[in-house]
Amino acid sequence: MNWHRYASPANFKRLSDRLMPWTAGGAAVFLAIGVWTGLFASPADYQQGETVRIMYVHVPAAWMSMFVYANLAVAGAAALVWRHPLAEVAGRAIAPVGAAFTFLCLVTGSLWGKPMWGTWWVWDARLTSVLILFFVYLAYMALNSAFDEPERGARASAVLALVGAINLPIIKFSVDWWNTLHQPASITRLDAPAVDPSMLVPLFAMAVGFTFFFLAVALVRIRAELLERRLEALRHARVAGSTIVERA
Amino acid sequence: MAAFLDMGGYAAFVWPAWILSAVVVASIAMTSVRRLKSLERELAEVENGRGERP
Repeated sequence: MNWHRYASPANFKRLSDRLMPWTAGGAAVFLAIGVWTGLFASPADYQQGETVRIMYVHVPAAWMSMFVYANLAVAGAAALVWRHPLAEVAGRAIAPVGAAFTFLCLVTGSLWGKPMWGTWWVWDARLTSVLILFFVYLAYMALNSAFDEPERGARASAVLALVGAINLPIIKFSVDWWNTLHQPASITRLDAPAVDPSMLVPLFAMAVGFTFFFLAVALVRIRAELLERRLEALRHARVAGSTIVERA
Repeated sequence: MAAFLDMGGYAAFVWPAWILSAVVVASIAMTSVRRLKSLERELAEVENGRGERP
């Protein structure tokens, strides 16, 4: 299969060269604002005290864990429907980033839970469904590299990504459907957010910064995957070529 | 400064959360860029006909 033509590493390189300064720059600027406002220029909570500052890494990491997974599912669908090699490569490139954000969400949540709830962990619907999301990421990564031909791994893991997408609404609505120790949504509500503006600034700055960071890293990682496949193809061609020469 | 570092007595929870986040984000960025660079080098070698590294 001549996938080079479709994925066109040269075209992608041009695109990513053009986007890189904006995505990396955006990440640097917004994360700097987020760190400054989150650690210094925002008040302590009247109930939670200084632990509220954990929110500025925990909540954006949680949003990213789901946003990256949504991207993974879309890439999986594109890989299955159009067999677009760029979609296959994108899924493989972003899955570890999503897993890392989910890991951060779980650990920072635990660090927040201990002082505020009195426990590191509880098997409630929100925490459990996010833990499952983490395992789905790991399963995706394992399945993706479990085959000798990268195409087969890409297709198998794409199916897993689509099936696993059922977990996204479960995570989102878990706090409404079940009685959870985890609080319900306080930002994405129909009425105004139940968080003071002084705390919304660091929260959104970190979330936007994480998003730009994800885009920049995704560009780098997709480029690396494309190079890796090209390298593989060249080596195969070279081995095949030298065999012919030896036979002649 | 000491009061800031103390985080109202919650230093043991707030700082690990932020530091771990910084470490994870920085290491994703570093490993991703490093892998791209090394693949670019490798590909250049193969394409220039110098073949595989021993």
